Amino acid sequence: MSAVSIKNVSKEFKGGTKALEDIDLEIEQREFVSLIGPSGCGKSTLLRIVGDLIEPTSGGVTVNGKPARQARHDHDYGIVFQDPVLYDWRTVARNIALPLELAGWDRNRRSQRVDEMLDLVELRGFGEHHPWQLSGGMQQRVSIARALSFDPALLLMDEPFGALDEMTRERLNAELLRIWQASESTIVFVTHSIAEAVFLSTRVVVMSSRPGRVSKLIPIDLSQPRSAATREDPRFFELATEVREALHMGGGYDMPLAATGLSEGAT
Amino acid sequence: MMLARRARDWLPALGVFVAGIGLWQGFVKGLHVQRFLLPAPSAIWTAFSSNQNQLWHEGWFTFQEALGGFAIGCTAGILFAIIVARWDLLGSALMPYAIAANAIPIIAFAPITNAWFDPLTKTSKMVIAAVLCFFPVFVNVVRGLRSVKPEQIELMRSYAVGELTVFRLVRVPTALPFLFTALRVASVLAMIGSIVAEYYGGSLDALGANIEQDASLFQFEKAWAEIIIASLLGIGFYLAVVALERLATRWQPREEIVGA
Repeated sequence: MSAVSIKNVSKEFKGGTKALEDIDLEIEQREFVSLIGPSGCGKSTLLRIVGDLIEPTSGGVTVNGKPARQARHDHDYGIVFQDPVLYDWRTVARNIALPLELAGWDRNRRSQRVDEMLDLVELRGFGEHHPWQLSGGMQQRVSIARALSFDPALLLMDEPFGALDEMTRERLNAELLRIWQASESTIVFVTHSIAEAVFLSTRVVVMSSRPGRVSKLIPIDLSQPRSAATREDPRFFELATEVREALHMGGGYDMPLAATGLSEGAT
Repeated sequence: MMLARRARDWLPALGVFVAGIGLWQGFVKGLHVQRFLLPAPSAIWTAFSSNQNQLWHEGWFTFQEALGGFAIGCTAGILFAIIVARWDLLGSALMPYAIAANAIPIIAFAPITNAWFDPLTKTSKMVIAAVLCFFPVFVNVVRGLRSVKPEQIELMRSYAVGELTVFRLVRVPTALPFLFTALRVASVLAMIGSIVAEYYGGSLDALGANIEQDASLFQFEKAWAEIIIASLLGIGFYLAVVALERLATRWQPREEIVGA
């Protein structure tokens, strides 16, 4: 059974903007799939449709064989946004415990799980801090810990490292891979970064814009587990080039106009 | 140790206070300023200490009006804000008027509310204080309840919880700092509203009516003593709201007001 099955999904926003057209995509259990494409290609919209946060205009999504709505009610989703979305009035520990509280876990079980999560994201000792006392990278790790705390079958991540500096981003990339391998989760990951998509994924979905379509599926056959050395592997460069070319073929990839030699009217 | 440091932090402010009073006293005595223009601090102090019981009685009377108006106005402001923030259509119909009303000098209605209610009762003053408090609280709480980021709501949606839970866990805590900003303003407005309304006629148990009367009877020292009572009560009220705010929003990062 596929982890996620997207069938004929189209989305038209009020006012007639076609965000997505006829998206078909099957994601297998334990896959790490990145959606990459120019801004406005609807990759975030597609992620939200999978998570039942937005309804598609037509078509449907099933998650582990269930309709998306049912999956949401069964707490099958962990979500991480670009903004960590931590609640400032809660301590780090209580932020991580929030979904557990809502799912009715008792206090002992909650605090035991929070401790495990703090260890997992290497934030032991920060449980009683408030979010504003942490750096951006640490806040995002709390957000990931919260999303994983209840062992969701599917982790949806919308450019989670987009606001971080390059160094922090590479470190968190490696950390995320370690966490993914330690868990049973399937991950759908939206990103702007070619390097990030290739480094993390088992498969990259290249999208094109206006309307958003899947233009190419690129399996990433780099060996697991991946490390800093992976980024220097010649195969890594080949795959990155393949993704880059697919993005350009799809058109609309945000390159400086000077580099493309095109005037604005031509894009 | 902590206390000693706190005291040291306040020392410069205390110095300014003492120097200010000293300058005032010297200025009035040295230049023979007429007592109806500005009485000396020593004369005000004499009037204050010899009329203490009456002064505190008047102050308490006025403070009850202010507190009553504050409670009524703020409660109504919060309730309306919750309703308006929940139903968008109602909000877009009412918000322009609320924002406009927030900018008009409501205190100008004081003689009117005195005509509507018996001017000798506390009710006539509570009404004006309540109306003064209502608008800033209403406008700010609506803003607070609406300033929740869309991702916070999406996250809650992904946990499949109801609207009431979202309200309790996300909207209310987000709105709290907005509410307390408004409550601080409202505490000041409630005191101003009560006292000014009393200028237009009120019981002689009240501070405002006495300030007005003493000033017209050339008892300037006593009028100044009453102004001091009003100021002390006003500052006390404000600080009580600030204390409540600190208690309710302990999680917020804050700067120390004095020192570091």
